Amino acid sequence: MSEHAKSISFELNGSKTEMLVETHENLVELLIRMNLNGARESCGQGLCGCCTVIVDGSAVSGCLYPAAFVDGKTVTTVEHLDNNVHLSPVQEAFIEEGAFQCGFCTSGFILMTHQLLEEKPKPTDEEIRDYLAGNLCRCAAYPEIIKAVKSAANKMARA
Amino acid sequence: MTIHSLMPAGQVGRSLPRLEARAKVTGRADYVHNLRLPGMLIAKVARATVAHGRIVSIDTSAARALKGVFAVYTGEDIRKHIPQPYYGPAFHDQPILALDKVRHVGEPVAVCLAEDAHIAERAAQLIEVEYEEMPAVFDEVEAMDSKAVVHDVLKPAGTFPDLKHLHGKKDTNIALDFHLKRGDVEGAFASAAHVFEHEFHTQQVMHTPLEPMVSAAEPTREGLTIHTASQSPSFVRIEISRLLGWPENKVQVKVPHLGGGFGAKLYIKLEALVAALALMTKRPVKWSLTMEEQFYTISKHATTFRIKSAVDADGKVTGRSCAVYWNGGAYADIGPRVTQKSGFTAPGPYDIDNVAIESYALYTNRPPAGALRGFGIPQLVWAYESHTDLIARGLNIDPVEFRRKNILREGRPQATGTAMKDAAIDLVLEKIAERMNWSAPFDRGTGTVLRGRGVGVGFKASISPTTSVAFVNIYADGSCALYMSTVDMGQGSDTAMAQIVAEVLNVQTENVRVIHPDTDVTPYDMATLGSRSTFHMGNAVKLAAEDAKQKLEAMARSVGVPENANIETREIFKKKYGMQAGNVMGVGSFIPTYKSPDSVTGMSDNITPFWMVGGTGVEIEVDTETGHVKLTKLINVADMGRPLNPNIVETQLSGAAIMQLGFTMFENMEYDAGQVTNASFADYKIPGIHDIPPDIENHIVLAEQGGGPFGAKGVGESATFGVSPAIANAIHDAVGVRLTDLPLTAESVLRGIRLKAGNPIGE
Ligand code: FES
Ligand code: FES
Repeated sequence: MSEHAKSISFELNGSKTEMLVETHENLVELLIRMNLNGARESCGQGLCGCCTVIVDGSAVSGCLYPAAFVDGKTVTTVEHLDNNVHLSPVQEAFIEEGAFQCGFCTSGFILMTHQLLEEKPKPTDEEIRDYLAGNLCRCAAYPEIIKAVKSAANKMARA
Repeated sequence: MTIHSLMPAGQVGRSLPRLEARAKVTGRADYVHNLRLPGMLIAKVARATVAHGRIVSIDTSAARALKGVFAVYTGEDIRKHIPQPYYGPAFHDQPILALDKVRHVGEPVAVCLAEDAHIAERAAQLIEVEYEEMPAVFDEVEAMDSKAVVHDVLKPAGTFPDLKHLHGKKDTNIALDFHLKRGDVEGAFASAAHVFEHEFHTQQVMHTPLEPMVSAAEPTREGLTIHTASQSPSFVRIEISRLLGWPENKVQVKVPHLGGGFGAKLYIKLEALVAALALMTKRPVKWSLTMEEQFYTISKHATTFRIKSAVDADGKVTGRSCAVYWNGGAYADIGPRVTQKSGFTAPGPYDIDNVAIESYALYTNRPPAGALRGFGIPQLVWAYESHTDLIARGLNIDPVEFRRKNILREGRPQATGTAMKDAAIDLVLEKIAERMNWSAPFDRGTGTVLRGRGVGVGFKASISPTTSVAFVNIYADGSCALYMSTVDMGQGSDTAMAQIVAEVLNVQTENVRVIHPDTDVTPYDMATLGSRSTFHMGNAVKLAAEDAKQKLEAMARSVGVPENANIETREIFKKKYGMQAGNVMGVGSFIPTYKSPDSVTGMSDNITPFWMVGGTGVEIEVDTETGHVKLTKLINVADMGRPLNPNIVETQLSGAAIMQLGFTMFENMEYDAGQVTNASFADYKIPGIHDIPPDIENHIVLAEQGGGPFGAKGVGESATFGVSPAIANAIHDAVGVRLTDLPLTAESVLRGIRLKAGNPIGE
């Protein structure tokens, strides 16, 4: 760490955490240092959604988000959704519908779907497309992703 | 036949989710992208800023002086450790770092190493290079006889016999010329009732796997371990050992999951540099490309295709000549293979007696081109299916009817002379026609929104000569593992291959452990490319599982277990070894028969182990005021034998078609003096969720691949074949405008509409 490193404290996946961060470090780089690899830098420009992280309840592009900015905030990553035990209905639906191939984009789509279903428990096709328009999938699992979002909505409505 | 109705009962044919599904939805799947090694250095390269130029000097002093920089190296430093630092699968033409001259913008010239990636990056920006610029060539046709010569002398690798004659050739950019001649083409043209001639172009595009290319190397006591996002671990080991002059067993190559590949991560890419750096620094070194850097590393060939057909009075094509020019960029990569392997299918899936083909791989001063989902086939289908449509329209014959008349049917010879076998081209065409309700009246739209429809059908030979080896290990408790070097880059090979093992050994697929490629452990496989794994590795895996089963049965007999006794596997081991101990190791090795094309005529009676067939039907709407094309229906049909896993097969079909949709409608690497001006997702658009047509159907025709494992064959590329021409044909159908260059942008459609209306748009 350089002499410019700053100490921050934040809540990460439900636990209080303190870290030293460099001023130039982004949120994905910080998470990688903490062995959380679900958010990944791909385009590095806020254009693909692979690096999605939830900060204080809203999705951010971790590749553009300075790590130091999470000081005092609550951070949730894809690794938190199952708590190492039960998959969330969204994760189950993604598996059942085969909504990924290589899986590199999947964390981002799943976190965005959670956020969508919190806002709109019964989204229409158009709403799903609009909401997920900022996430790219080069394997083009889009038809299956749309199905998975709908199936997750049904699961959550039943629960 | 929908994909699912073909599902038989056992493990093969089951639509189970991918084995690693849970790891992928929880963000815990392993990628090289995540890898961190103790003491690791990060590499960042400084790249060439000119397209063609002699290196006069490289000043690394400012980079070296930066605090935190561990080392800075140039090509000359590499040469001290590796005297012949040139690599490549077909030609040994690519220097690990530029030597003497640079051949494309973005070529790596120097490398900076630091523990902190940000410092390495800043250092790379401080490197000053002085060039003496040389004339450059960017166009594939100009490269045929340009004064600018990209390589002073050709250096074929020696691996491919049909490249040997090029050794030492000077003053040429032609890295391979493939010729095929069958029948009397001149005669066919002389006696033709109609002659049609067209020229088509495709643009250069990039794979953009979302996990950008990445490799790491670490020195070990035995030699080197390379962790790499590679589709070809066995080739990486062979090529690194060759560069270092080491035996293969000193190089270990490990590959976890890939975040997409599509051909970008084939053969050897970043591995040579990280291997050299690990040896020079005696530290682990990791090199991760940015999305932008990927555009300067590998791409899909731009092409020019001149196609000419002789047609008789009945609408039968009697002769065809094809000249295809492949823009290979500055380094050959696998381009020469594309030129030959795809080249011999250039006349299309039609029964034509008289054929001439010329196919040229060309060096230019663009970033290199290699394999991308289809190995050149989508470029060819684009041209021959657009041409086919134009002939049908020219003769006033329905485009589907015209294809029926000329289609290459089972048993008939293809251009090389190889008789077609297990290639359901006709069934694919009929299925598309049926799903599109082709014979029914079609709503052509009104006012400024006009509707059209089109089809395209293509085919592809599988790669050969080629070898796959697999091991199946049965442990003493009866559980089992599959050892293979096939790379799962998202296509689902782990799962499909486990299904084969499970079927043979009569166990649940979920209980088969798949050991990921690790060349210290997993046996040789040529590579994960060209949709070859299902057939070639699938056969090796089936043989390995059968071998294990036979050995287990023999072991049972040897300990006196009666035939067909209902005994658990672990009990057999216990009887044999007196406790839970021992292994049964099954080995499977698959090498299909093959005859390479004759060096003069291009003919062969056994050109491929199997054929892939794919076709597309589309319906579109064209806004005549804006030129905007909206895809309303997309029908993908393939012959891929019997599906091992119908769900995964379906996603391969739609994924391939949607990827090709991007290459058809908008993706295009744009250039200014050799510099890619749109190398980022901000300017280079790939398909997003809004680009998906409302109506997508995926179908397979009922067919069985002879010699395929459980009747299966590959499917990863088939749905790319027909997309581009189907859409161009539909545009012609809707508004009477023919586009001959990809991509089919709204601007080019509108220009066509206005030109046709006698009201052209100025430049
Ligand atoms: S990596 Fe952050 S949006 Fe693409
Ligand atoms: S699953 Fe590969 S990028 Fe989305």
